[in-house]
Amino acid sequence: MAQEAIHDAPARASLIYDPRVRGIVFQLVLVVALALGIWWIVQNTIDNLHRSNIATGFGFLRGRAGFDISERLIEYTSDDSYGRALLVGIWNTAAVAAAGIITATILGFLVGIGRLSNNWLIRKLATAYVELFRNIPPLLVILFWYQGVLALLPSVRDSLSLPAGSYLNNRGFYFPKLMWGPGSWLVFAGFVVAIALSWYVARRAKARQMATGQRFPVFLTSLALIVGLPLLAFLLAGLPVSVEYPQKGTFNLTGGINVKPEFLSLYLALSFYTAAFIAEIVRAGILGVPKGQTEAYSALGLRRGTGLRLVVIPQAMRIIIPPLTSQYLNLTKNSSLAVAIGYPDLYAVGGTILNQTGQAIEVVVIFMIVYLGISIATSLIMNWFNAKMALKER
Amino acid sequence: MKNIAIGILGAAAFGFMATAASADTLDDVKAKGFIQCGVNTGLAGFSAPNDKGEWTGLDVDFCRAVAAAVFGDGTKVKFTGLSAKDRFTALQSGEVDILSRNTTWTINRDTALGLNFAGVTYYDGQGFMINAKKLPGVNSALQLSGAAVCVQAGTTTELNLADYFRANKMEYNPVVFEKFEEANAAYDSGRCDAYTTDQSGLYAVRLQMSSPDDHVVLPEIISKEPLGPSVRQGDDKWFHIVRWTYFALLNAEEAGVTQANVDEMKNSNNPDIRRLLGSEAETKIGTDLGVSNDWVVNIVKATGNYGEIFERNVGSGSPLKIARGINALWTKGGLQYGMPIR
Repeated sequence: MAQEAIHDAPARASLIYDPRVRGIVFQLVLVVALALGIWWIVQNTIDNLHRSNIATGFGFLRGRAGFDISERLIEYTSDDSYGRALLVGIWNTAAVAAAGIITATILGFLVGIGRLSNNWLIRKLATAYVELFRNIPPLLVILFWYQGVLALLPSVRDSLSLPAGSYLNNRGFYFPKLMWGPGSWLVFAGFVVAIALSWYVARRAKARQMATGQRFPVFLTSLALIVGLPLLAFLLAGLPVSVEYPQKGTFNLTGGINVKPEFLSLYLALSFYTAAFIAEIVRAGILGVPKGQTEAYSALGLRRGTGLRLVVIPQAMRIIIPPLTSQYLNLTKNSSLAVAIGYPDLYAVGGTILNQTGQAIEVVVIFMIVYLGISIATSLIMNWFNAKMALKER
Repeated sequence: MKNIAIGILGAAAFGFMATAASADTLDDVKAKGFIQCGVNTGLAGFSAPNDKGEWTGLDVDFCRAVAAAVFGDGTKVKFTGLSAKDRFTALQSGEVDILSRNTTWTINRDTALGLNFAGVTYYDGQGFMINAKKLPGVNSALQLSGAAVCVQAGTTTELNLADYFRANKMEYNPVVFEKFEEANAAYDSGRCDAYTTDQSGLYAVRLQMSSPDDHVVLPEIISKEPLGPSVRQGDDKWFHIVRWTYFALLNAEEAGVTQANVDEMKNSNNPDIRRLLGSEAETKIGTDLGVSNDWVVNIVKATGNYGEIFERNVGSGSPLKIARGINALWTKGGLQYGMPIR
């Protein structure tokens, strides 16, 4: 009895002081306050839009766009809808981001390893590169490429002739376009078969080495397959390809493929800028692997190259991948700076649509959703890669 | 908990006040003591800072005229430089009270965008400019097939351009910039073969090129571009002040009231002029509008009449030397027609 009384008494007397009750109450209050706040913002916006007679909703996306976009990866004319114009912008953003990520990664790894080189000159050059690009705002790097490099190239009339029928002028880089004729599917088929064969050879070679210890020149074999098979198919099909060279037209070079200076400068700037950060991440990753690991593989009799590949790099990757992901995300988001140089990315095209239709809130919501979507997709891929590379404790 | 509740109530009350206040721009403007005016970031003749850092131009002077009507002082106005893309959002969100930024009056902007255009301060049309030194054979816009054309994003210009090339079955390559300055710089550096904007703008841009004499404006005018000031919808009082400031400028010119003679004109025998300048006994014209009765006197003292503003900024008194043309008064064969102030 007495025990029960002691047990019950504090609970009844101190409902306010019960940490559980207090916790729940405060969380409820917070949720209600948040909901009220959001409701108020939304309601206020709707009221204001109504009072100013501004149309709302996403129906405008079906309207005729009426403006042209010069750089596009999908078919688009001014008769297409605003929605399609946005899609052109999304593809352009994706294109520059993907190209930038690949180049930045390669360049970043080279510079990062360069910073650890034993060669004084390479080491100092790599350091200078990192310090220079890391400390300049990305917009400035873009403008440097656009106005400082590409705008100073000669005009169309005095285009710089490059080998293989390519030209460089202040309208961009022009190179010949391969026109695939009938029968060219054989070449692509040859390429696909070669890749499949190489993969099989690599598997067999590994199995054989495991079983007998004998090695097989996998790299050279694969190279021969991947170059040789399509080449053979190409000859068999009777050279089914013609080349369209850029020609001088009234105003511009016509024909061939034209990479415009807007894309070039954005791509180069994003690659160079992000590579500086990636270089530091790579350096940190390699330095983060204890020296004992190097000594251990040497003690086991592995050669330096093999040891790096099998022991050091896999461990360094665990340190490198998570920050690398955020650099990829940064690069994608920085691509919206394209607006300064007239590259029609999502932000530039969306801005034009915003202006023509006045649907500010809707367009900004689309911006957020698309950038969020691209970022989440990048994160998911990198998380999967990270999980694959992560330490597997056995 | 109590604090949170008060906070919520406070926020709600504040929100209510904010919504209520923005419905009456005139009271807002009077309370803060100046008009916030959205202008172009740098279009010679319309709105550009001069070498002393003061804003000058036709669009700028219009805002000064509104300030003079409201405050009796043409200097009580602050300017916000806006890109073509930002301009409507800035007006809709209340960041500026008037948008006076060489903006074309279209039905879409008047309805779906929630704007009200007060009048047409400059009748314009879209044209093309090329570098005649680099393209000596070109003397018509119809020869521009295949050209790269620099244009500013989010303008009617961009749409007219697409329509014009499409209608004439010509190819072109638009190079679209968000900012006027960026488009100018790209054209000057040779990134584009042609530059397109309103003709008045072309004359202004031409003067900013590194060698203006090399550039020629092609004869074709491919669109109607009535440029004028606009305000938010749903505030008739403010809309009327802006609209009638415009008409007052026109009527002052028609009546021959200038910056120099406005004080004598107050004592004129002509009843029209006396009514215009608020010197009639027991007049209520100004107070009915929500301003003082000598509002037109204040306007003309601050900026001069429409003709004076025009000549000073874009006409014979300026480097642009644009003729009045269709921007002359209706009495002189133009389109500018001020509704009667009575």
